[in-house]
Amino acid sequence: MNEVLKMLLDGENLSPEQMSEVLGIPLVKVEAELKELEAKGILLGWRPVISPNADVENLVRAVIEVRITPERGGGFNRHAERISRFEEVESCYLMSGGYDLLVIARGQTLHQVAAFVSERLSTIEGVLSTSTHFLLRSYKEQGYLLEQEGRERSRPDITP
Amino acid sequence: MEETTQRFVANHVRGLPRSGIRDFFELVSQMTGVISLGIGEPDFVTPWHIREAAIFALEKGKTSYTSNLGLPKLRRAISSYVDKHFAVTYSSEQEVLVTVGVSEALDIALRAFINPGEKVLYHEPCYVSYSPTIALAYGVPVPVQTVAKDSFALDPERLEAAWTPGCKVLILNFPTNPTGGVIDRAKLERIARFAKEKDLLVISDEIYSELTFDGGHTSIASLPGMRDRTIFLHGFSKAFAMTGFRIGYACGPAVLIEAMMKIHQYSMLCAPILSQEAACEALEHGEESVARMREQYHRRRDFFVRRLNEMGLPCHLPGGTFYAFPSIAGTGRSEKNFAVELLKTTKVAVVPGTAFGAGGQGFVRCCFATSYDLLIEAADRMENFLQKAAPCHV
Repeated sequence: MNEVLKMLLDGENLSPEQMSEVLGIPLVKVEAELKELEAKGILLGWRPVISPNADVENLVRAVIEVRITPERGGGFNRHAERISRFEEVESCYLMSGGYDLLVIARGQTLHQVAAFVSERLSTIEGVLSTSTHFLLRSYKEQGYLLEQEGRERSRPDITP
Repeated sequence: MEETTQRFVANHVRGLPRSGIRDFFELVSQMTGVISLGIGEPDFVTPWHIREAAIFALEKGKTSYTSNLGLPKLRRAISSYVDKHFAVTYSSEQEVLVTVGVSEALDIALRAFINPGEKVLYHEPCYVSYSPTIALAYGVPVPVQTVAKDSFALDPERLEAAWTPGCKVLILNFPTNPTGGVIDRAKLERIARFAKEKDLLVISDEIYSELTFDGGHTSIASLPGMRDRTIFLHGFSKAFAMTGFRIGYACGPAVLIEAMMKIHQYSMLCAPILSQEAACEALEHGEESVARMREQYHRRRDFFVRRLNEMGLPCHLPGGTFYAFPSIAGTGRSEKNFAVELLKTTKVAVVPGTAFGAGGQGFVRCCFATSYDLLIEAADRMENFLQKAAPCHV
């Protein structure tokens, strides 16, 4: 496997400069590899992970279970792609089990998310039902623990 | 007052040198904001599933003594782990003893097998406790130097030259703390032949064996005719990042394990049950975490050793462990002076090689089991230090 991709998958959280240092290859090569991963649609992009518990942006998120009628020929895809295009939708997955699509939607206020569900999502032709669950508190966000483990210095700096 | 109170301290303890690490530790502990490459353990916490198993055991009220030998299920797990990874078979009922770290296992082994005045061969630079533990068991330490030219593998010829009548035990530790040295099968076979010829008992401390990077690890116990004269020591501290759990084990022929058991039962009784429960989880489900950690150390090793060589501190490629052992001889400083000045001017802590025996002269130990950003920062500071600081000729 591509060394750069491997480092990304390891979740090492390194900048391209640091990756170039660690892997011992020129920065331009790391950047070229990253570009190639983007071109291939493997690496979709970079974005900051902001704590959902932080007050900074007054973020309301909901997990919505959606049942839809599949279409002959397209199955669930056309509906799913259509739903995904709404900017309120953060993620959208086809699921096995009791419902079809799992949609994670976000908005500035509870009202905004509720309006999205009642006025946009549930009125789409083919959507049979929705069941909305609002997120109350986050404990782990994309691999980051929100309650940091105590970095209390119990470990001596020199040990045998 | 202190002078007179000294009379209560036993002679052989009074004669024991202070650990070289302790002096340096005291200096470091007065400073803040230090990037420490001075630790002898991974800079990562124990994988969560192992910690969780320990918590669960505590919740279930597992707070009692265990059998002196250790929990039967742990001994069974150890027996099959050693069989699978080291190709040596030990009976979980009579040939496996769970100890409080490899340190205890080494201590009771030496106490069980050494008569006062008998000699113990070991290779140096080595873990800080070998020589004192031999001395505390009334044995006579006989160090054999390993050198950078051999990438700190034990040269069988040097071993043979160091042998004198009265040598009873040979301690091996590959991969080695502090050098990262490993030993190939051909050399190990020659050492095994020598051990048989001279009727030596081998105590093989293989605590770093999972952290072997290039090629496989061979245990001397697996070589023909060696099982019955080898005590195989291993533990959980390094591969599973469980140093604070203090849990290790010894495997060997039943008669020898029974002799060690006698001391263990009177001095330690048993290893802590919570640590034993955590160790069970580590053996049952920990292999994936070990493989992941090994890969991470491997990449850190390649990076850090490359940086050391580039900045002018020649360093062999350590075949195992998470230690780099570069030579600082070219800086014109002693290893102590180098470590102290590096710490004072750049706040990077490394350990002077002489803490690990006279053979460590001209070297320092750097632990690279830490995060990349700290490792990069430490390498930058060291490089800066080398460029700026005028060497002092002492």
